[in-house]
Amino acid sequence: MREITFGQAINEAYDEELKRDPAVFIMGEDIGQYWGGAFGEMQGLFAKYGPERIRETPISETAILGSAIGAAATGMRPVAFLFFADFLGVAMDEIINQLTPMRYMFGGKAKLPVTITCYSGAGVSNAAQHSKSFEGFLMSIPGLKITTPSTPYDAKGLLKSAIREDNPVLYFIHKKILLSGIKGEVPEEEYTVPLGKADIKREGSDVTVVAMGLMVHRALAAAEKLQKEKNLSLEVVDPRCVVPLDKQAIYDSIKKTGRLVIMDEEPKTGSASAEIAALVAEEAFDYLDAPIKRVCAPVTPVPFSPVLENFWMPDEDDLIKAINEIV
Amino acid sequence: MAVGKEKLIEMYRVMVRIRTFEERVIKEFAAGNIPGAAHLYAGEEAVASGACANLRADDYITSTHRGHGHLIAKGGKTDRMMAELYGKKTGYNKGKGGSMHLADITIGILGANAIVGAGIPIAAGAALSAKMRGTDQVVIGFMGDGATNTSRFHEGLNLAAVWELPVVYIIENNMYAESTPLSAACKLTNLSERARAYGMPGRTVDGNDVLAVYEAVGEAVTRARKGQGPSLIEGKTYRYRGHFEGDPQTYKTKEEAQEWLKKDPIPRFKSKLIEMGVLTEADADKIAREMNEEIEKAVKFAEESPYPAPEEALEDVYA
Repeated sequence: MREITFGQAINEAYDEELKRDPAVFIMGEDIGQYWGGAFGEMQGLFAKYGPERIRETPISETAILGSAIGAAATGMRPVAFLFFADFLGVAMDEIINQLTPMRYMFGGKAKLPVTITCYSGAGVSNAAQHSKSFEGFLMSIPGLKITTPSTPYDAKGLLKSAIREDNPVLYFIHKKILLSGIKGEVPEEEYTVPLGKADIKREGSDVTVVAMGLMVHRALAAAEKLQKEKNLSLEVVDPRCVVPLDKQAIYDSIKKTGRLVIMDEEPKTGSASAEIAALVAEEAFDYLDAPIKRVCAPVTPVPFSPVLENFWMPDEDDLIKAINEIV
Repeated sequence: MAVGKEKLIEMYRVMVRIRTFEERVIKEFAAGNIPGAAHLYAGEEAVASGACANLRADDYITSTHRGHGHLIAKGGKTDRMMAELYGKKTGYNKGKGGSMHLADITIGILGANAIVGAGIPIAAGAALSAKMRGTDQVVIGFMGDGATNTSRFHEGLNLAAVWELPVVYIIENNMYAESTPLSAACKLTNLSERARAYGMPGRTVDGNDVLAVYEAVGEAVTRARKGQGPSLIEGKTYRYRGHFEGDPQTYKTKEEAQEWLKKDPIPRFKSKLIEMGVLTEADADKIAREMNEEIEKAVKFAEESPYPAPEEALEDVYA
């Protein structure tokens, strides 16, 4: 099968959905003819679809998301590109008070097919205002679906599903994966990946590792190492969406392994790992033969200097250390 | 400006309907029949009525926390509104929204909104949608004077202007943002001057003169429908009640309130219509009676309607 990059996969998903449905359009900062998105993943779309549908905006995150809501409520299917995930903070009222409760507040009589895309994650020395992952914070907001693709295959299939979804979806593009240029198999033919279905990225029998986004790659690297060095078999479960969360896939894996480590790039407190750990403790406790471990970032803002940032980000060594404590 | 008799009478009826509704809400709220909070529109009827008289059924509005008047003027049914205020299943929002979130997108009402200024970019988005879908629908974005000091006013009006969107923003300047007088919140007297900052036309009118509102908004709606972009209209008006029911209103003087009562938009329009030979006292009495009956029925409908089943709290999060 052909191999393409994460960015190419995202580009193809946008392209195919823009082509398929005239109600789909993208709006955001710097997405047009010059940059095609700050990291270039939208290059070529402006030339193909023009300024009406690849709609460059002023630096107005509130108006980007606010107008996406108005457009979606009246029949369009906007993708609001919010640039860095950190900028969700600028438009936070639109997320917590408008977009997500609107359907509910209106008694179920609004359909809001808004996809928010943005660059998340650390690892490229962008410091505290351009590096956040905050799935845990956002997954506490009812009404939002949240997806964190880790591979080109998932990136394409999940983005297509997000755009077709009749509910608000937050689609995180991990910038370290995007900028790494790593490639993965992506079929030529049309496919989608459903929102809310986990993927077992590596099968194993001794320890379950739940990881999202960039952490999936680090978990896979650790799995390779532990297999070679200690003949320890890790099963890497990638939920792909934190909302809806495929709890069953996680429970099924723990049933097999009896051990769970959750690897999450967020600061530990209130992170997605906290919710997953709580769910497992509530609903799958009997499967566990050891305490749940969490490998997360420390509870500090994201630091700048590579030395500090490397220390801050969870990596293979941190994961191996946690696994060694429970096997 | 020649306005047809039917249109004039309809604008008057809408104003009386709003006032009658609000006066009944005052009573039922005080009696404890309406939970939560109520932010009433009484005194500002000429703005909603005059503005919405320019709209078609398929046009859109965004409203505010003080939204009852906007909804009625856009065609909202008073029985379903009252039922929502009562928290009943038959309300517009099935009891999930209440006064501050009244909405019915099928009749173009994109919602009252309890976050000041939040409707401004939503209105721009609906206007963008109208433009992209190739319709000539127009959107009115209502806001109070307080909303003009929010960041969304800037972002929303700028976006509407740069994309030449078919939206008319209407400021109901009732002189107070909650308890704060406009003079303490903004250096301008005429808020429509802010339009210049976005390169769109701005105009201030007497918001208690329904015909002045109708004419100014009509011009702006025509511009928008022709694809000539957004406008900003300010109507100067006054709210008779507090920010919310129960507000002691210590920030207003009796003299000021008395002065504004003399400019009450409803008797003023009634006199004008009688003078024009369009309406008689008997007609006006009949309208008042009809509106009383309608609101009486609305209250009865609300009272007799069932509450939602408690488990319905779990529904309608996702489509």
